[in-house]
Amino acid sequence: MTATTDIPPAVAAAPPRSAFGAAFDRGFEILCFASATFLLTALGGIVVSLAIGGWPAFQAFGFAFFTSAEWDPVQEIYGSAGAVAGTLISASLALLFALPLSFGIAIFLVELCPPVLRRPIGTAVELLAGIPSIVYGMWGLFVFAPWFAKHVQMPIMMSAKPGTLWEKITTGVPNGAGILSASIILAIMILPFIAATMRELLLTIPAQVRESAYGLGSTTFEVIRKVSLPYIRTGAIGAVMLGLGRALGETMAVTFIIGNAHGFPTSLFASGSTIASTIANEFAEATGVLHTSSLIALGLVLFIITFAVLAIARLLIGRQANL
Amino acid sequence: MTAVAGAPRLSRRIGEGVFLTFCWVATAIAVLALAAILWSLLSQGIGGLDLNIFTKSTPAPGSEGGLLNAIMGSLMMCVVAMIGAVFIGVLAGTWLSEFARDSHYGKVIRFLNDVLLSAPSILVGLFIYEILVAPLKGFSGFAGAVALALIAAPVITRTTEDVLRLQPIALREASVALGAPVWRTILAVIWKSAQGGMLTGALLAFARISGETAPLLFTALNNQFLSLDMTKPTANLPVVIFNFALSAYDDWRRLAWAGALLIAATVLTVTVIARILAREPRRS
Repeated sequence: MTATTDIPPAVAAAPPRSAFGAAFDRGFEILCFASATFLLTALGGIVVSLAIGGWPAFQAFGFAFFTSAEWDPVQEIYGSAGAVAGTLISASLALLFALPLSFGIAIFLVELCPPVLRRPIGTAVELLAGIPSIVYGMWGLFVFAPWFAKHVQMPIMMSAKPGTLWEKITTGVPNGAGILSASIILAIMILPFIAATMRELLLTIPAQVRESAYGLGSTTFEVIRKVSLPYIRTGAIGAVMLGLGRALGETMAVTFIIGNAHGFPTSLFASGSTIASTIANEFAEATGVLHTSSLIALGLVLFIITFAVLAIARLLIGRQANL
Repeated sequence: MTAVAGAPRLSRRIGEGVFLTFCWVATAIAVLALAAILWSLLSQGIGGLDLNIFTKSTPAPGSEGGLLNAIMGSLMMCVVAMIGAVFIGVLAGTWLSEFARDSHYGKVIRFLNDVLLSAPSILVGLFIYEILVAPLKGFSGFAGAVALALIAAPVITRTTEDVLRLQPIALREASVALGAPVWRTILAVIWKSAQGGMLTGALLAFARISGETAPLLFTALNNQFLSLDMTKPTANLPVVIFNFALSAYDDWRRLAWAGALLIAATVLTVTVIARILAREPRRS
């Protein structure tokens, strides 16, 4: 990367030939500059507009907006804690499932995969990332949920001993929808993104480093654990954060399958809601000023959470992974 | 006697075996998930995919109909969005690569563009609602297109910058040495030599926005009828799928599956084409 950045920008420094050319050059540069600044303005505009739109809600509920889980459009009382909890829990669970799987896939593609299969499997993982959120949602609700209810939810609920903590966190309606189902679908959705970044990072490890470790008699597991992972540690954490950022803001798939109930989620199989799913469900139908404003305020909370996560991710990954 | 000589100790061999099996299983899970989703789409969607889909508008429950208005609306919004996003994205990417390089402002823009790239799309929808829908007192296909453009532009900016940076400095120097002004150097030499990569970026951005639902829910809204007027609420495939899939009517659900199959087929085809295009230049 440094090879290209160290060279001075030859083009911008070149003397133009005529006054016309100079004026046109200047104009072109300004046009490019304006476009780049436009993107900055757009991001700034998102924050400002969410803050302005959400202001009435912050004003009406004060700090209780963040601590209360009550969400009652009839009495016009709104608190974000339930949706925030749902967002954080579903995204964390999704990460828990996706993390080992995506590491496994990345390592498989880099170290183990027979060359013939490398391209088809790589493409398959890419396609998994390309499937639109709404298709995941439909598949999750109509195909995955019934299967999940019959083969996972029912057996677990039947076998849970009454009175135990396990019984407590697995109560719910056995219809396949809920926090855990949403997390599993989310995990499938973010898995290809983490795997792709991990794979790029693994490919940046110099061949000599890995080969030396193999030369000392290490097994593949030992090379990965003691050489590869430490080498890419920072970037790998960034990749994981990037996946987390996606899971936090994912909307349609979650809206389909999380069950859309307000308040704190009470168990793994219980219905819940996330910030994004609440906005998607209610915004178009919200009539009261306070309802609309509360939904926009929720959006601001989501923006702050994801911005923090994504910013840390980008700083950690840097640009060398090229993703 | 150390473990260096001969075969690895048993514990190491078991660890290795478990690890390798896990990697195989993880990959198998991902491939199986893709297969399962594609199979569901095909088996549920192919039945509803007849000529009516392309010739009739969305029906009332119980009557015959198709997705013509939604397909047309989606196409219009994506085309308008892509025109805007390519304009902004290509110029911004050019600025980052050719003018900004490692300046502080360039780094800030690059960083924020990367954040915008993966920001939740529903927030873009809220933003456009605030600045376009609420002040103008009406949902419109145009607002939807702007929301989609804002999602596509960062993708194009990023790919444009990456691919322009790959162009050799010598190419720029050669053009400047011939007396070409900077703008001609960029337009006729740099863009030309990078056009394959830039096209890939645009295709990936198109694939990304053609399935986007969240930002359209409260910008473009929906429309039961075929309408080419983008100042009015405009039907679009993702929102129609969302509404029909969650409805109680079997024929609406069948249409939703057919629509989902259409969208997925489009997105996956475009993604594959983009990837093939991206591979070509590396070979030569």
